Amino acid sequence: MSLTNTRPEATPLPLSQGEEHSESSPLSIHDMTIAYHRKPVLWDIDLDLPEHHLIGIIGPNGAGKSTLLKSVLGLIPRASGRVLVYGKPFDEQRHRVAYVPQRESVDWDFPVSALDVVLMGRYKRVGWCLPIGRTHKKIAMEALDKVGMADYARRQISQLSGGQQQRIFLARALAQDADLYLMDEPFAGVDAATEKAIIALLKDLKSSGKTVAVVHHDLQTVGSYFDTVILLNMRVVAYGPTAEVFTEENLNKTYGGKLTLLTDAAEALARNQASIHRETKSE
Amino acid sequence: MNVHLRIIAAALILAIPGIASAAGHHLALPSASDLWRVLSLQDYNTRVVILGTTMLGGAAGLIGTFLLLRKRSLLSDSIAHATLPGIAAAFIVVSLFGGDGKNLVGLLLGAAAFGTLGMGSVLLISKYSRLKDDAALGIVLSVFFGLGVSLLQLATRLETGNSAGLNSFIYGKTASMLFRDAMLIGVSAAGVAVICALLYKEFTVLAFDQDFAAAQGYPTGILDFCMMALVVLVTVIGLQAVGLILIVAMLVTPPAAARFWSFDLRRVLVTSGIIGAASGLFGSAISALMPNLPAGAIIVLVGAFLFLLSFLFGSARGVIPQRLKNRQTSLKVEMQHLMRAFYELAEEDGAAEELEKHPVKFEQLLRERAWNSTQLKRILRRARRGEFLRVGADGDYSLTRAGGRQARKFIRNHRLWEMYLITHADIAPSHVDRDADQIEHVLDDAMIERLENLMNQTDRRLLPESPHVISSQKGEAS
Repeated sequence: MSLTNTRPEATPLPLSQGEEHSESSPLSIHDMTIAYHRKPVLWDIDLDLPEHHLIGIIGPNGAGKSTLLKSVLGLIPRASGRVLVYGKPFDEQRHRVAYVPQRESVDWDFPVSALDVVLMGRYKRVGWCLPIGRTHKKIAMEALDKVGMADYARRQISQLSGGQQQRIFLARALAQDADLYLMDEPFAGVDAATEKAIIALLKDLKSSGKTVAVVHHDLQTVGSYFDTVILLNMRVVAYGPTAEVFTEENLNKTYGGKLTLLTDAAEALARNQASIHRETKSE
Repeated sequence: MNVHLRIIAAALILAIPGIASAAGHHLALPSASDLWRVLSLQDYNTRVVILGTTMLGGAAGLIGTFLLLRKRSLLSDSIAHATLPGIAAAFIVVSLFGGDGKNLVGLLLGAAAFGTLGMGSVLLISKYSRLKDDAALGIVLSVFFGLGVSLLQLATRLETGNSAGLNSFIYGKTASMLFRDAMLIGVSAAGVAVICALLYKEFTVLAFDQDFAAAQGYPTGILDFCMMALVVLVTVIGLQAVGLILIVAMLVTPPAAARFWSFDLRRVLVTSGIIGAASGLFGSAISALMPNLPAGAIIVLVGAFLFLLSFLFGSARGVIPQRLKNRQTSLKVEMQHLMRAFYELAEEDGAAEELEKHPVKFEQLLRERAWNSTQLKRILRRARRGEFLRVGADGDYSLTRAGGRQARKFIRNHRLWEMYLITHADIAPSHVDRDADQIEHVLDDAMIERLENLMNQTDRRLLPESPHVISSQKGEAS
């Protein structure tokens, strides 16, 4: 019961069989519900991510994939539910989590260099008000090197191509030296060479003991990229090893019209201006 | 950039009535001794005013940069307008309690309180309603300013206290600046500079990527409030000098101008501070020389002038440096085309080996590409100046040694690239010439080396054959 949504249509998949919400899980989400302007976007999410895995988060537009990441990071208030990172509240574990937002979410005309952006991943470790020391610059340069962008360190970010900008974002996450990486569409709008380089990097991260969860769009590559997938459409439709879960039936459930009732209910709730918080509790 | 241009234009328009009204008065040009007196800061009053406005300009330039990057420039206009009811209310309250209503400390505290209130209202409206930012800004600006005008009217009817002069906060009145006012500006400006330096990292990451900053655990709300509080502080200390209508120009113009000079935030910050300080310095100096000109408006105009200079000449993205760069590229491209034309003509006659000894007529060159005779003459003149070319007695052209070297290099790059496109990119040989034409001019040495290795053509003395019929492109011009 521990790993999956308790709704009957969800596919139960034992990943790390055993105790409920294990301590070692990089990310456990318990009964989390999220609402925007009182319209629910995620219902009763219940997940335990396995360690050392490359996890794909798949679902149609508006399924709440980005919202899932943002709510874990506390960027969006939760209507209900609890999130644990390596067995402790996220607030205590921030330094172990690196976040890669969508590339379009920032203004790339900002007057900073590629290295400056990567150094942002070190700011918290540098500390408030202090200047950035040489060690931090070295770590940032190493991160740039890992994504093949060391030659572009001094380049202003607006002069980089989309794929290069995405690599800079990845380098910033690498510079954080985290254990859990949450990435929002790192493959969106990048060229084939960059995509290859990024996936190789993510596999490297996995084999060095990190856990990487990636919001992904391209269904064709899911099988070769991820060991584990989360099929998401406002709720967890299916979750587990890619080979078992990434089936046509589950995809139909995720992308098809089977969830119209849930969507309609959400619309009705929004119309009635009812508080989701109360609704989910009285359920 | 559009928003900033609009703000600067609006500030200019608002500055003009003040100057026009002054021009109606006696507007004498200053004498040389006046000029010296002002510039050497001999006069005590002038010294105070100039120091005050310079420090104000510097502080506004610094915090204005973060404001601009946070895309909150217009918020400062709402904050400035929201201070008016604060000034009027402070006057009324202090007067009613028997104090001196025009005590500056009371007035500025009132201004700061309402400025903060105005700022908070904008942020709350855009957070908790579905109104867009511009609507929230417009509502707050007009409502607070309307309230301020009403309260000012009320203040003039007050029996205690003399409200005359409160209006000067709308357009500013630098001449009334006292030493303690300049001190207040100086201390505040130093405070702004120190906080901007200390919170440089934090403000930067907040302005660049708010979600990332929040995920890192930065208290983005508090940081945002700090940034905006500094804006309120600069606005309030600038009210006296520049007035609440024009203060927005001091916060927006310097950073907008500074962005034309650098892509590096540290340099943009320093440049913006310097431009702001220079506007304050020269603006108040000009106004001291011609006492009928209102300092606030002149400061804004000087700032706008510096913006114009930056827009035209800024080394990073100024219009003229960019044009020059583009022109240089097109000159280079023309020269490469000319050199290649020489080589291909010689090759046609089987004289490629002795390129330099193969004279070519003007008409032959003209047929070689789609250029007209005026263009070709210009290019030939430049080639002669560069000593790539000499003119024979009969008016024929031939390449010099240097010219021949260049021609061989260009032709080689062109053909290597053509072959690469044919073998690696599946482009038909008949189309490859034009495709190569567009790319070859941007090839740098490293790329050429890679190309050579790929095509197994590392011996630079060898020139490959053209992979297509050269004469195919002929007749384009005729």
